[in-house]
Amino acid sequence: MSTGTVEKTRQTTMKKSQRAEIWRRFKKNRLAVFGLVLFVFIVLVVIFADFIVDYEVAVTQVASERLQSPSLKHFFGTDNFGRDLFARVVHGSRNSLLIGFGSVVIGVTIGGLLGAVCGYTGGTFDAIMMRILDSIMCIPTVMMALAIVAALGTSLENVLLAMTISSVPRYCRIIRSSVLTVTGQTYIEAAHSCGTSNIRIIMKHVLPNAIGPIIVEATMAVGTAIISAAGISFVGMGIQPPAPEWGAMLSEAKNYMMLYPYMVVFPGLAIGITALSMNLMGDGLRDALDPKLKD
Amino acid sequence: MGKFVLKRLLALIPTILIIVFVVYFIMDLTPSDPGHLILGQMASDEAVAAKNAELGYNDPFIVRYVRYIWALCHGDLGTSWMTGKSVFESVMARFPVTITLAAGSVVLGVVFGILLGVLAAVKQYTFWDIAGTTLAMILASFPAFWIGMMLIIVFSLKLGWLPSYGTGSISHYILPWITTAGGFVASQLRMTRTSLLESIRMDYVRTARAKGQKESIVIFRHALRNALMPVITIVGMNFGTMLGGTVTIETVFTLNGVGTLLLTSIRSKDVPVVVGCIVILAVCYTLVMLVVDILYGFIDPQIKARYLKR
Repeated sequence: MSTGTVEKTRQTTMKKSQRAEIWRRFKKNRLAVFGLVLFVFIVLVVIFADFIVDYEVAVTQVASERLQSPSLKHFFGTDNFGRDLFARVVHGSRNSLLIGFGSVVIGVTIGGLLGAVCGYTGGTFDAIMMRILDSIMCIPTVMMALAIVAALGTSLENVLLAMTISSVPRYCRIIRSSVLTVTGQTYIEAAHSCGTSNIRIIMKHVLPNAIGPIIVEATMAVGTAIISAAGISFVGMGIQPPAPEWGAMLSEAKNYMMLYPYMVVFPGLAIGITALSMNLMGDGLRDALDPKLKD
Repeated sequence: MGKFVLKRLLALIPTILIIVFVVYFIMDLTPSDPGHLILGQMASDEAVAAKNAELGYNDPFIVRYVRYIWALCHGDLGTSWMTGKSVFESVMARFPVTITLAAGSVVLGVVFGILLGVLAAVKQYTFWDIAGTTLAMILASFPAFWIGMMLIIVFSLKLGWLPSYGTGSISHYILPWITTAGGFVASQLRMTRTSLLESIRMDYVRTARAKGQKESIVIFRHALRNALMPVITIVGMNFGTMLGGTVTIETVFTLNGVGTLLLTSIRSKDVPVVVGCIVILAVCYTLVMLVVDILYGFIDPQIKARYLKR
């Protein structure tokens, strides 16, 4: 470690080759690539939703076209208010993905910082925090989210907030344990003896090295978050109609499923395929990041 | 062993204190009006105000919290603002449905999950492995309540084999069981597969094979028994989340379990019932995890030996 610049270039090239290596392993996993393709497709739908079908179509009620079976005019049929289900599924993707990604990104950031601080400092603070988080984790996530939404009112922002808050303890736990494995390493000790500040050590040395499992966990969590959010909307506590949302659509479809089962099929497929793409990618990432874990 | 159990039970106390605080705090974010809930919408403002004062609802948050905890110490979970019934009794009236649902699907999930997991691990990279892991992936990705609705459409509507709602007999539970078991099968299968693949490569398995033991005994007695620890943890966790996470399933099959009770109470801001439900569910969860910890001892000889030494 004599000259800083040499060290730096070596680090960047190493980082680059490491990333290329991960990508190479990821590419070899056919299921993971399939997940990635699915995911890109869904993101394209989210971005170009307005070009695929107008938002107005998703919320306009056409009395003469109530409860139509799937046809060329209405790919997925229409609901009990005569709204086009295809348009509702396409535009519903925005809400679902926003909640899924939003809650995970915010949750992982808060939980990650908290977990990193706990894992790094250890001692009484860590013990008390873990005690509290363990207790909170005894409350089922969906219950907690429901209670928060009930207290704050049903809206997109509040569902997002509820999902975030109720998931923070879990992320904090996961990140703490992955930070704990890193803090034992000698390079942390080395940084310590150089007089690096604690915050700098956490941000520069601990988190970057502990990030692998966190990314995998976060990818999978997006799928779970989308399913939970749909569940909250399904029991009527989430985003309210007429705004299109997959869970809320299923909730409406439930009353008509005896006579018009097609109403149930498509929103559920949309949720499932989105979650599937995240899970496949998460699995692929896990294998790519840590080849030891494979079989 | 007894000391261990006692310690875990004592640890329940701070857990409950924290849970009650969190739930109370959340429910307190927006003011609710117990006077109106108890006396009805027609009641005069004075009567409502008097009722609120009588319940001590005007006191600051922390006073009400301490009062609740004090009552809880005496085994009193309070009475519902909506129905006037004791919270404990209302929850217990709903409990059998939720327990039946949870227990049945956990049994199904464990049996099929572990069997398919063993199959996938033993026949790694064959059709069975790919089929099993794909199935697990799909079951984990599609929302259970949607799978439930699809099952209703197929088995109740098209084939007419099973009832789609209510709780009259065993046949009413078959679809809900299958629905909720789906997610368990997925997690159980993946866990069993990973864990078994690890233990199958251990020396004691090679030894067992080398001495000419039958393959089925090698797998089930030597490899699986040692691979079962993480699997059992997942069972416990699943059973726990199951107890509180069945709202959507109960909604699909119109079962009157704890989930729907909690949902209606959350909607009507019936705070005593909400807190009571969550406390009871959380206590159940911790007890299940305690049982899991004790089970470890029976399954893993190494841990059993440690218990006996104490």
